[in-house]
Amino acid sequence: MRAGMMNASLDAVLVVTLLAVALFSVLARQARAAVIGFIAFGLLLALAWVRLGAVDVALTEAAIGALTAPLLLGASAFAGTEKPASPPLRLALAALCALIAGTLAVIVLAAPEPAPSLAMQAVAPLGALDLGNAVTAVLLAYRALDTLLETVVVLLALIGIWSLAHDENWRDAPASPAAPSPPLDLLARVLPPVGLVVAMHLLWVGADAPGGKFQAATLIAAMGLLLMMAGLTPPPALGDARLRALVVAGPAVFLAIGLAGFLFPGSFLAYPDGWAKPLIIVIEMALTVSIALMLLLMLLGPGARKPSA
Amino acid sequence: MTGASLFGLAACVLIGLGLYGVLAHAAPLRRVLSFNLLGAGVFLLFGVAARRGAAAGLPGDPVPQALVITGIVVAFAATALALMLLRRLTALRAAERAADGLRDDPKGR
Amino acid sequence: MSVLIDLFTLMAVGSGLLFFLAGTIGLLRFPDALSRLHALTKADNLGLGLIVLGLMPQAGSALGALKLLVIWLLALFAGAVASQMIARLVQGGRGCGRG
Repeated sequence: MRAGMMNASLDAVLVVTLLAVALFSVLARQARAAVIGFIAFGLLLALAWVRLGAVDVALTEAAIGALTAPLLLGASAFAGTEKPASPPLRLALAALCALIAGTLAVIVLAAPEPAPSLAMQAVAPLGALDLGNAVTAVLLAYRALDTLLETVVVLLALIGIWSLAHDENWRDAPASPAAPSPPLDLLARVLPPVGLVVAMHLLWVGADAPGGKFQAATLIAAMGLLLMMAGLTPPPALGDARLRALVVAGPAVFLAIGLAGFLFPGSFLAYPDGWAKPLIIVIEMALTVSIALMLLLMLLGPGARKPSA
Repeated sequence: MTGASLFGLAACVLIGLGLYGVLAHAAPLRRVLSFNLLGAGVFLLFGVAARRGAAAGLPGDPVPQALVITGIVVAFAATALALMLLRRLTALRAAERAADGLRDDPKGR
Repeated sequence: MSVLIDLFTLMAVGSGLLFFLAGTIGLLRFPDALSRLHALTKADNLGLGLIVLGLMPQAGSALGALKLLVIWLLALFAGAVASQMIARLVQGGRGCGRG
């Protein structure tokens, strides 16, 4: 009973802080303050996911949040000076949005109790896959099409970013984010091996415990960015054929295995009996490499003119 | 009230707050930030549905959780694309301004 | 025995939280960047260290306890590097009058 009270008050504190930080981020006067508020919001949101029992999601949120932070902080330098809407309009908008939030709240509170759940039915057939982590199993079994499309969406976003380059720089390396300093140099020499081991661990335990390819890929991308920020590695030329092959390897392997499903079990993305687990491991490995590379390249941006020496 | 519905209410507030930010701000970066808040609210609603559907000895229904993980990564891709577009837009505007400044001296800022 | 362990956890985590509180107050109240950094390092190093120390006997396995320890070491390392970099920025701005 007392533990229940403790948990409820913990949830309440977390929710109030989460909303306060979100409010700060929306209302802050300066763009940089709004960005910092948003970064704090992402961390608190990861805690909220833990409280909701979704540790896989919490890991993804924390990792992706850490990658978004440098992107947003960099962009806060380009924040426009456009004035927000006039006070009467803002008041009307606030009333409208409060109405929408209120309607949603009514729907949430009116949800039937106990909630109807298909989780039993969803989990039952997953036993055949020999994966202890139901979320990983779902991502690569019924929702495999989502996962495939998602990697393609990420690839499209990357191509979109690349296409922002000047025509003559399309194949060149992106502008280097290097800002070397001795402490950063030390960090970039010591941390990446540790980060890679943790990423491999996340990928491997993802079969049975919270973790998986997205979390691992994000971590690898972060390590790559750290190396480049410390100036230890220059950004790669985007026209490099090997680089491009690695970027499409994940979706291509996934697609090939999916198409092979037509031949043997008889439908797209179906795994042959007894082969599900090894095929899933192959897909996860290939996707990890591609997603890590795509995330890193997205952070680096389009090809840029080399700074004339 | 259960813990899950508390987070459900928080999700509703986040959606309202994010929507307000998207509509009330004119600066693109602020809109991107607010849109991400709105998205976080929607994801959180999924999380609450997953939590409420907990069964079979799981902390939550894995299907909505898997969808949210996919969603978070796609949201990141969209945010990155939006911010890169913003960077290019700013660069183009700066170049335009510089060209204007050269043509008709001090008036154009 | 388990009561003693629980008591140890409560004491260690409690005093760790105290350091976090002091560090946060320092962050909010101190006048300049360097003294704020000083306040933050106390929260990071000692506060987190005490919390990890308190949680280690509760981890259930030696491997779990080891993971907690590694998390603390990583946070220490990252914190030290970040403080160095911020301090360098502050010094650079002050020292030569460059922006």
